[in-house]
Amino acid sequence: MDENLAPGALAGQMAPTGALQHAYVQNEPAVSLPPPASMVGVIGWLRANLLSSPGNIALTIIAALIAFWLIPGFIKFLITDAVWSGADREACITKNGITPGACWAFVRDRYSFFIYGFYPFDQRWRVDLFFVLGALGVTWMLWLGAPRRDIGLFYFIIALPLVSYGLLSGNNPFGFVSFAPQWLKATACLLVFLFAYLMNQSDDSKGALGFMTLFGFIISGVLLAENAWSLLKLSPVETSKWGGLMVTLVVAGVGIVASLPLGILLALGRRSKLPVVKFFSVMFIEFVRGVPLITVLFMANTMLPLFMPDGWHVDKLLRALVGIYMAEVVRAGLQALPKGQYEGAMAVGLGYWQMMRLIILPQALKVTIPNIVNTYIGLFKDTSLLLIVGIFDFLKAIETARIDPQWAAPTTSPTGYAFAAIVYFIFCYGMASYARATERRLSVADKR
Amino acid sequence: MKKTILALGAAVAVFAAGTASAQTLKTVKDRGVLNCGVGTGLAGFAIADSQGNWDGLDADVCRAIAAAIFDDPKKVKFVSLSAKDRFTALQAGEVDLLSRNTTWTLSRDTSLGLNFGPINYYDGQGFMVRKKLNVKSAKELAGATVCTQQGTTTELNLADYFRANNIKYEPVVFATNDETVKAYETGRCDAFTTDASGLYSERLRLANPDDHMVLPDIISKEPLGPGVRHGDDQWFDIVKWTHYVMITAEELGVTKANLGEMMKSTNPEIKRLLGTEGKYGEAMGLTNDWGARMIKHVGNYGESFERNVGMGSRLKIARGVNALWSKGGLQYAPPIR
Repeated sequence: MDENLAPGALAGQMAPTGALQHAYVQNEPAVSLPPPASMVGVIGWLRANLLSSPGNIALTIIAALIAFWLIPGFIKFLITDAVWSGADREACITKNGITPGACWAFVRDRYSFFIYGFYPFDQRWRVDLFFVLGALGVTWMLWLGAPRRDIGLFYFIIALPLVSYGLLSGNNPFGFVSFAPQWLKATACLLVFLFAYLMNQSDDSKGALGFMTLFGFIISGVLLAENAWSLLKLSPVETSKWGGLMVTLVVAGVGIVASLPLGILLALGRRSKLPVVKFFSVMFIEFVRGVPLITVLFMANTMLPLFMPDGWHVDKLLRALVGIYMAEVVRAGLQALPKGQYEGAMAVGLGYWQMMRLIILPQALKVTIPNIVNTYIGLFKDTSLLLIVGIFDFLKAIETARIDPQWAAPTTSPTGYAFAAIVYFIFCYGMASYARATERRLSVADKR
Repeated sequence: MKKTILALGAAVAVFAAGTASAQTLKTVKDRGVLNCGVGTGLAGFAIADSQGNWDGLDADVCRAIAAAIFDDPKKVKFVSLSAKDRFTALQAGEVDLLSRNTTWTLSRDTSLGLNFGPINYYDGQGFMVRKKLNVKSAKELAGATVCTQQGTTTELNLADYFRANNIKYEPVVFATNDETVKAYETGRCDAFTTDASGLYSERLRLANPDDHMVLPDIISKEPLGPGVRHGDDQWFDIVKWTHYVMITAEELGVTKANLGEMMKSTNPEIKRLLGTEGKYGEAMGLTNDWGARMIKHVGNYGESFERNVGMGSRLKIARGVNALWSKGGLQYAPPIR
């Protein structure tokens, strides 16, 4: 190594001459001073964010006045003046000319109705279990660090809907195979083992035998699940007894989970080159987009029962419906991508589905995340429209309880609505926050 | 548009009703449960409690019929119906019976393919005023401002009544019931008008219920009663006689509590009512003790009334025209014989 080029040597040479002769040459970095007190801490933040210009100062003052004017009232009504316990309206009525604040005693008395509706009292553990399983599924899917998210996807898309349906309705979710007699089920299971054995012998795991084995495993799994489920002997609960937050979550959950895949398919269909696929996708999207949700609900509720006397429920309707709005959202994303992306994908020899799966959809979905979440939040709130067709969703449960003479008091209705607002806000804010985090995570590529 | 859809629905329904269900009783027995259409929540008539059970005068009609058929008032599936879909639900066979504070009118009776059963509650439009106004009758409301809800029959009845009595008044209309009540409470008007049963439940929600009173005048007829489909007279008979049995029981003093000793009564009227004599139940396809079953599980009409809307409830509605005919009211049952 050349000694002269080593930094230590260079500094050593310079030091005796430069440092002594030129006292003003600084040979070590100056210690940085702390920023002025007016730029950091609380004062700095206030200056930068609240008081940076005369217009800003005026806005700050107005906002402070509004907050000062509104917030004490809210706190007074919701917390300090509120009634927290009591058995009936006596707790919340006006006494000596003083009307108390929010009647939380009413919410405490009725919260089980708000959550479960008419669900039979001794069967409510099934709803609780459904909530727990649902929360597990959501956490598994949304938490990126969760283990085995591939199993999580299977659980969320296939197992959870089947089990939830079985739990809540009490019907056997695998009941479609109950026609099969036991000997047939046993034979099917035996055949699966035979296939598995043959596959082991021939090492043909990718071929026809492997496929047959997988298929056989699914069939025997369903058969076994059917048998196992029938051992639980859950009593059936008709959907007319479902109610409250449970119905809101079921409808919103089904809508959210089912609408994205359907929406993507419709959006692809709409941009398809095959005329028939394109025609039907466009027809479907435009027809349902052109009809307000409320009209569809009315039509479904007034007309359909006349044609379908039994076993038809409105909550089935919403599932199909929401896909449409989603389709438009995804289509907007597809169109936002430059044509070069398609051409580039084709140029490297990708087929249609490969191109969509690897190039187009990941980018299109990223572009549309804000819209998709908007739609989800809208969908969650739209579930309250179900009350006009006599389904007891969360809001309708509150609506019913607030007119009960047992709790007739001046502040009962405001309290009920405040509770509804808080609960809806928690769910919608949760969705929006997660979406913002996802957006930030996915936009890392755009920031370079 | 709405009318067209309704008319179309009704037309289809009439067509469907003719073919669908002539054997309602058999269908109900085979199903093992009575499908009963109730409202979406009206204090005193059909409202869900904190456990999710339906309570009220209308819910009791459903329970009484279930008790008569199955000897078990729990064998009812309550189907909550909005005002818009109540008739189609009945016509389409989704419910066996509509017990949902529905006003019996000629057009509903004739053009919708329905039969209305006996009137289980005579409602009508009334007025609520402040006590300190010192008004004893609606006729003294000359020059008063009256709060009412927009686009309802209430608004029309109000105009008719004051015009017929040649009284000047000033209507103040609002879009929703809650707004109307709020306006009355804040002193925007001197009087508030809606159906009398509604006045009592709204009064409870005012800050000082005792400062307000419901005037005795009733200015409109709102006969409320159960409805069934055309084409099944046996079922219609059962619904009618359910109500008549409950009235007769009140008339004869048979209650839930004294049913045991009444079963041993030698009074021929009581014996026919409770089925210890004659075969009146079997004539309708029920058992002969159908009357006793209703009293055992639901009670007589007076008991049901007081428990749900009367003095035993928070609404504290006076019997008024809903008292027995023998006590100056309109509730009257044909004889059981």
